[in-house]
Amino acid sequence: MGILNQWMGIADLASEHGVVVDQLLEFVHWFMLILGAGWAIFIAVALYKFRRSKNPRANHYGIQGHATTHIEVGVIITEAVLLLGFAYPLWSRRVDGFPTDSTVVRVRAVGEQYRWWFHYCGPDGKFGRVDSLLVSSTNPVGIDMADPNAKDDFTDLNTLTIPLGEKVIVGITAKDVIHNLALVPMRIAQDAIPGTEAHVWFTPQKVGAWDIVCGQLCGSGHGVMRSTLEVKSPDEFATWYKEKTPAPAAAPAAQQAAAGVVAPVVATAAR
Amino acid sequence: MSAAATAHDTHDHHGDHGHDHHEQSFLSKYVFSTDHKWIGIQYGITSLLFLAFGFMLMLYMRWSIAYPDKELAGWAKTFIDLLGGGGSDRWLNEGRVSGELYNMFGAMHGTIMVFLGVVPLGFAAFGNYVTPLQIGTIDMAFPRLNMASYWAFFVGGVLMLASFFLPSGAAQSGWTNYSPLAGITHASEPWSFWNGQTQWLVAMAMLITSSLLGAVNVLATIINLRTRGMTWMRMPFFVWGMLVTGFLLLLAFPPLEVAALMQLSDRLFGSSFFMPTGLVVNGQLWNVSGGGSPLLYQHLFWFLGHPEVYVILLPAISIVAEVIPANTRNPLWGYKSMVYGVLVLGFLSFIVWAHHMYMTGMGSVITTFFQTTTVLISIPSVILLTCLMISLWGGSIRFTVPMLFATAFLPMFGIGGLTGLPLAFALVDLHLHDTYYVIGHFHYVVAPGVLFGLFAGIYHWFPKMTGRMMNNFLGHLHFWPTLVCMNVVFAPMMIQGMHGFHRRAYNGGRTYEEIANDMLPEQLWWLFGKNNYLFLNEVMTTGAIVMAVAQIPFIINFFWSIWGGRQITSDNPWQATTMEWNTPTPPPHGNFIKEPVAYRGPYEYSLPGVESDYTPQWEKSPGQPEPVIAALPGTHHH
Repeated sequence: MGILNQWMGIADLASEHGVVVDQLLEFVHWFMLILGAGWAIFIAVALYKFRRSKNPRANHYGIQGHATTHIEVGVIITEAVLLLGFAYPLWSRRVDGFPTDSTVVRVRAVGEQYRWWFHYCGPDGKFGRVDSLLVSSTNPVGIDMADPNAKDDFTDLNTLTIPLGEKVIVGITAKDVIHNLALVPMRIAQDAIPGTEAHVWFTPQKVGAWDIVCGQLCGSGHGVMRSTLEVKSPDEFATWYKEKTPAPAAAPAAQQAAAGVVAPVVATAAR
Repeated sequence: MSAAATAHDTHDHHGDHGHDHHEQSFLSKYVFSTDHKWIGIQYGITSLLFLAFGFMLMLYMRWSIAYPDKELAGWAKTFIDLLGGGGSDRWLNEGRVSGELYNMFGAMHGTIMVFLGVVPLGFAAFGNYVTPLQIGTIDMAFPRLNMASYWAFFVGGVLMLASFFLPSGAAQSGWTNYSPLAGITHASEPWSFWNGQTQWLVAMAMLITSSLLGAVNVLATIINLRTRGMTWMRMPFFVWGMLVTGFLLLLAFPPLEVAALMQLSDRLFGSSFFMPTGLVVNGQLWNVSGGGSPLLYQHLFWFLGHPEVYVILLPAISIVAEVIPANTRNPLWGYKSMVYGVLVLGFLSFIVWAHHMYMTGMGSVITTFFQTTTVLISIPSVILLTCLMISLWGGSIRFTVPMLFATAFLPMFGIGGLTGLPLAFALVDLHLHDTYYVIGHFHYVVAPGVLFGLFAGIYHWFPKMTGRMMNNFLGHLHFWPTLVCMNVVFAPMMIQGMHGFHRRAYNGGRTYEEIANDMLPEQLWWLFGKNNYLFLNEVMTTGAIVMAVAQIPFIINFFWSIWGGRQITSDNPWQATTMEWNTPTPPPHGNFIKEPVAYRGPYEYSLPGVESDYTPQWEKSPGQPEPVIAALPGTHHH
C-alpha cells in the first residue's frame, strides 16, 4: 500500500484497479517529497549561509553552472514517465476498457436531493426504458413498465449492493442537480449529471459495507446525503438478487419493490 | 496628429485630471479620483476589508465543521442577524449553522476571496499603484476607465454583500455556481424572480466588467507608456507579471461574463442554456423547455476559472520577485527564463481548464490532452519558483518583514504547487476529486502562497505609499503566528482528503461515520494524539481562530503606521533599483519630478567593481548614450 499513503491515512482499498490508483499516488508523493525536501534544504542552507551578518556583500552572480538545468530536465523526464507510463494507459483502461463478460453486474445509480436510487436490470440483464415523464412517488426512477425489459427491473433506496469479485458497471445520472457518486474504497468517483448517463466499472475485492459519499455540492442537505455500499459474497448476492426480483406475473411489482415492498421470492435464477 | 488636436488633447488632459499644482476638490481627489495611485489605494483598502469579511465567513464555516452540535455564542449570532437573519432562526438551526447557511457562506467565502479580495488586491491595487511608477509614466493610459473600473468593482461588491439581505439570502451554490443547482435553488418561492443567485450573477457581471476595464488599461499602459529606455527586457518582473495577468483577464473573463448572462437568462426569461431535458426536482417535472447542457456551463466557468488561478498567483509571485532582490542585494536569478516562463505559463493556462472536470465522464482523448497540458504547465511554474529560490544564493540577505513573507512564500507555494501534481492525473482524481486534499492544495497556493506575497507587497511598498515604515515588531508578531497557523489549518486537510473526506459538508463529514470515526494512523499519534479523523477538524478550526487573532497586529500596524510609523528619510528606503523608488514620497500627482529614464536593467545589485551594492535603473553610467526610444507625445510630465 505504500509508506507515504499509510502515513497520510489513505482510505481502505477494496477494488482491483484501486491498487494502481494507490501506487500512482504513492509514487507521485515520493516524487513530491524528494523535490519538496530538496527545495526546503536549499532554502534553509541559503538563508543561513547568506544572511547579512555572515555575508555582508552579495556576489552578484548567484549560482553558476548547469545543475539547475539538470534538475529541471529530471523533473520533466519524471513527469513524462508518469504521463506516458501510467496516466494515459491506466485512464484509457478505465474509460475504454469496459468489460463485456456475461457475468457483469449492471446497476444504474440515480441521484436526487438527497438520496440515491439504485436501479437493477434484473435477471434478463437489460434495463427497461426510463423516462422522466414517468417519475412518480411509486416509480422513483421513471421505469416504463410497458417495456418488456422492465418486467424484472427493481430499485433500491440508498443501498448499492454488489457481489464480491465480479465486474460491476454503474450507470450514473441524476434527476435534479449534479451529484457525485463517490465510492471511496473502490477508488471510484463520477459526477451524476442530469440529462446524461455516465458509466464507471470496477471489481470489488472485499466483502463489507462502506459509506457512499456525495462528492458534489447538491444543496443544503449535501452534507447528509449518505448511502451505503454493500459488497456481499456471490452466494449471498444471488439470494438477495432473487429476493428483490419481482415475480414475472405481477406487472406492478417493480413499483412495489420501489415503494419498499419486498417482492415474493421466485425461483428464477439470478443470472 | 495635428497640432490643434495635440493642443486639445493636452488641454483635455489638464482639464479632467489636473496636475499637482491644480487644486482638486475633496471628491475628485479622494472619491472619484483618476489618479492611479489613489485608485490603487482605494482598491487595496476595499479588498482588504473584503478579505477580512471573507475570513470571518470562513470562521463560521470552520466552527460548524468542528462543532456542528454546539450552539453559536450570542455575539456570533448577532453578526448573522445583522446579515439579514432578522433575529429569527431562519438561517440557524437551533442556534447552530444550518446546511443552507453553510452553503451560503461557502459560496460567498469563495466568491469574495477570489473576486473581491485577492484579485483586486494583487492585480488592481498593486497593479495600479506600482505598474506606472515602475515603467516611469505619469498615470495609467485611461485614467477615467480606471476610475470606472474601481466603481464597477465597488458596485459589484456592494451588490454581493447586499444579497445577504434578500429574502433568499445570498447565493448558495458554491463559488462555481453550477447549473442546474444554481437554477433551481429557491426557484419555486414567491420571491424567486430576484434571489441571491440572481444577484450573484448581476454582481459578477459588474466585477467582470471592472476586471476587463482594468485589464485593458494595464495592457495599454505597459505597452505604450514605458518611459525612455524602459525596453521590454528592462521591465521589472512585476510589470511582466501584470502584463500577462492583464492578458489572462482580458481573454478569459468574457466567457464567464457570457455564462453569467446565459444563466441569468435561464433564471429570468425561461431559457434552457444549461438546463437539460427531463429535470425532476422534488418529484416534480421541472418547468423548463430543456435541451441545455450543464456541462457547457462548467466549460465556460473553468475556461475562466483556471486562468483565474494564475490571475491570483502572478501578482503575488511578481511581488516576491521584487522583494527578494531588494533584500538579498543580488539580481533576480534567471530573469530572462522567468520572463519566458511566465509567458508560456500564461499561454498554457488557457488550455488546462478541463482538469477540473475529470469526473464528469471524460473519454481518453480529451483527458490525454488535458493531463498533458496540466503537467506541462508545471514546468514554467517550477522554473519561476526555482529562479526565485536560487536568487537567495550568494546574496547578503536582510530579514526585513517583507522579506520574511517573501521567503515563506517559496516553500508554502511550493507545497501548494506540488500537491497539485497528483491531481493532474485523472486516475488519481478518482480518489482525490473534491476531497479536502483539493481544498488543502489550492488553499496552500492562495493563502500562505499568494496572501504571503501580497503581505510582502504591503510591507514593501507601504513606505512609498505613506512615507512611513510599518512597525517591525508588530510585523514579526503578524508573520510568525500566521505562518504556523496556515500550516495547522491546511496540512491536516491533505490527511483528511486522503482518507476520503469530501468538501462542502457543513458538519465536517461526520455523516459518513465509518470514514469519520476511523482512528488516525499510528504514525501521526505523536502529533495529534490517539484520535479519529474528526479530531483534525478541531485542530484546523483552532488554527483558524488563532490565525484570526494573529491578524490583529497587522491591522493595528497598518493603521497606526499611516500616522505614527517611523518617517523615512530617503525616497528609496530599501535601497532598491526599480523606478518607483525614484519618485518623491509619497509620489505626487504626476509621479515624477523630472522625466525618468531607464539606463539599465531592473536588478543591478552588487555589481562587481561598484562600491554601492545597488545601481538603480535611473543611474547613468559614465559615457552611456541617452536611450534612443523616444517617449510618446503628451505622456510625460513637464
